[in-house]
Amino acid sequence: MKKAIVSIAFGLTASLIASGASAQATLNGVKQKGFVQCGSNPGLAGFGVPDAQGNWTGFDVDFCRAMAAAIFDDPTKVRFIPLTAKDRFTALQSGEVDVLARNSTVTMSRDTQLGLEFPAINYFDGQGFMVRKSLGVSSAKELNGASVCTQQGTTTELNLADYFRANNMKYEVVAFATADETFKAYDAGRCDAFTTDASGLYAERLKASNVEDHIVLPEIISKEPLAIATRQGDAQWSDIVRWTHNAMLNAEELGITKANVDQMKGSENPEVKRLLGTEGKYGEAVGLPNDWAYRIVKHVGNYGEVFEKNIGEGSRLKIKRGQNALWTKGGLQYGIPVR
Amino acid sequence: MQTTVSQEAPKGSILYDPKVRGIFYQVVLVAIVAFIIYEAVTNAAENLQRAKIASGFGFLNNTAGFDINQALINFSAAGSTYGDAFIVGLLNTLLVSAFGIVFATILGFIVGIARLSKNWIVSKVAMVYVETIRNIPLLLQLLFWYHAVLAPLPQPRDSINVGNSFFLNARGLFMPKPLFAGDAWVIWVALAVGVVATILFRRWAWKQQAATGKLYPINWISLGFVVGLPVLMWILLALFGANPISFDVPVKGTFNLRGGMTVYPEFVALLLGLVTYTAAFIGEVVRAGILAVSKGQTEASSALGLTSAQNLRLVVIPQAMRVIIPPLTSQYLNITKNSSLAVAIGYPDLVQVFMGTVLNQTGQAIEVVVITMAVYLTISLVTSFVMNIYNRRVAIVER
Repeated sequence: MKKAIVSIAFGLTASLIASGASAQATLNGVKQKGFVQCGSNPGLAGFGVPDAQGNWTGFDVDFCRAMAAAIFDDPTKVRFIPLTAKDRFTALQSGEVDVLARNSTVTMSRDTQLGLEFPAINYFDGQGFMVRKSLGVSSAKELNGASVCTQQGTTTELNLADYFRANNMKYEVVAFATADETFKAYDAGRCDAFTTDASGLYAERLKASNVEDHIVLPEIISKEPLAIATRQGDAQWSDIVRWTHNAMLNAEELGITKANVDQMKGSENPEVKRLLGTEGKYGEAVGLPNDWAYRIVKHVGNYGEVFEKNIGEGSRLKIKRGQNALWTKGGLQYGIPVR
Repeated sequence: MQTTVSQEAPKGSILYDPKVRGIFYQVVLVAIVAFIIYEAVTNAAENLQRAKIASGFGFLNNTAGFDINQALINFSAAGSTYGDAFIVGLLNTLLVSAFGIVFATILGFIVGIARLSKNWIVSKVAMVYVETIRNIPLLLQLLFWYHAVLAPLPQPRDSINVGNSFFLNARGLFMPKPLFAGDAWVIWVALAVGVVATILFRRWAWKQQAATGKLYPINWISLGFVVGLPVLMWILLALFGANPISFDVPVKGTFNLRGGMTVYPEFVALLLGLVTYTAAFIGEVVRAGILAVSKGQTEASSALGLTSAQNLRLVVIPQAMRVIIPPLTSQYLNITKNSSLAVAIGYPDLVQVFMGTVLNQTGQAIEVVVITMAVYLTISLVTSFVMNIYNRRVAIVER
């Protein structure tokens, strides 16, 4: 009897997975539904967070809005599904969301074993530590014997173990399911240190009962390329993600902004013309209209604008562009040419 | 002659033999069920392959790469596998469930009896407790307990210190850890002897009481056997210069105390939440059980000169148990299953470790979920089995 119940459960789960995997043409499904279902962070200031009215804003949120703008010419045609770190990939695998824009690190095992693709890295990050000033710690190397709060099911949890092992230090890990609970426990004094991606540290620090009591240690202990994820096996949909990102980068490089995009449509620069769809038929190749990139910039803005508005100087986070500056300015963000 | 004829099987087609027909339908049913299972499994495997998701149970032997703070077995990021992580989670679930069942039973019986107390204040306090606790979602209570436990505790540098061996701070309760040396087996033997002696003595005392009506201080003598004997052996060993038990006392480190044993705040919060919540339900079960014993029993026992405590212990509760046991079993099952809410407060139980971290790091949702469901099912079935045996023992014997 036990076996039978297990097997039935097995079957039910399997059929769930099946319905997700068989949705081959995600774009058609999205067009039929009339909106993009976007897996989002349940609440990370600057990256993805709903306000009191349920309006989502943030750097990752704007990526999904850009996709909606490209597909529907309307950045509001997105439904955001808040997902915790530990549920996010299952939700994408099973087809609950069409795309996952939720500060997720791409790694080799995630790319090869989860049945997922990571077509665009929209933020280059690295893991850091935050501690209370009163501890008098100025380097992560001094954390031997500390208790560290972290979110479970993340690469952070693994890097943490690696870092302490590599430096031959002892520590106690306290893992929580949600970022919110993790930070609350740290703030309540359960842990000496709180660790997550550096961007997340700045965002979570804003939630502290007294922001000035906490400092971020200088060490960055890992590479965290945060990427947009899609299901493997739908090349067209992955292309849309990849080129949405590249369109925003190219727009910034070419100086096309939300404000001047209409004016730029009359530009004689062939690169601008190809990007904004006045020359060539680049959008059609991925199942979108030819002015797809124009729509993205018009409704959402270029990469730099989205960055500054949500997490850069125009926001409370004030994160520097750093590695996320364009390649022309010494950063890693490199827009692949549209041609 | 006639008798032999009637004993022969009736001649005719086996198609009309009800026995054969019965077997036939059973076989068909089994075949259909087997087919459905086969289809489900192969279908899942095929779909997983098509979605390019890794499948199979091989991941259990892969290196885990993450750490767990509360592990009953040795666990390290470097040397342990996902299979070890599963065992750590399972043991943590069993640990909190076992403690939860014991304490919830004790508190539940107190509450149930208190609700029937003739003392107005006692019964009203018990009523308010039951009505408040059982009407608030357990998850909220767990979060409350976690932050209520955590908030007033000091930081490690200002630990509450009792005799330089017990420390209490926001990282947990730190206690000396007993280390058993080679001679310690003598103490274990003494403990075993004490337990056996207690059982034998109780039987003897019971028979004596039945025969002569003489009462013995059973509980004190039992305590003497179980606790006194090992302690006596320990003192004797120590007098002869042996050191069977030494203590690893926690000492202050840079951030926190090092060494000793730790009770973590997550464990305490989860246990408190589970115990108070379930005790409210058990209290109602106990009250119902006691009310089901007819009033005549109490009247008869007081007519025989039993005190009200004796009446409760010897007459009412044993009869009430028949009513109490079946619903009590479901409360025990609830404790085990509700312990999975630990995920919210960072206690590394099976769901937190296995369905949380392991599932996410491996991405093998089906395998992990199936294993976890099978584990909870097994724990629940074992609990029910044990409780059913007990139920049969206390059930009324029809004469």
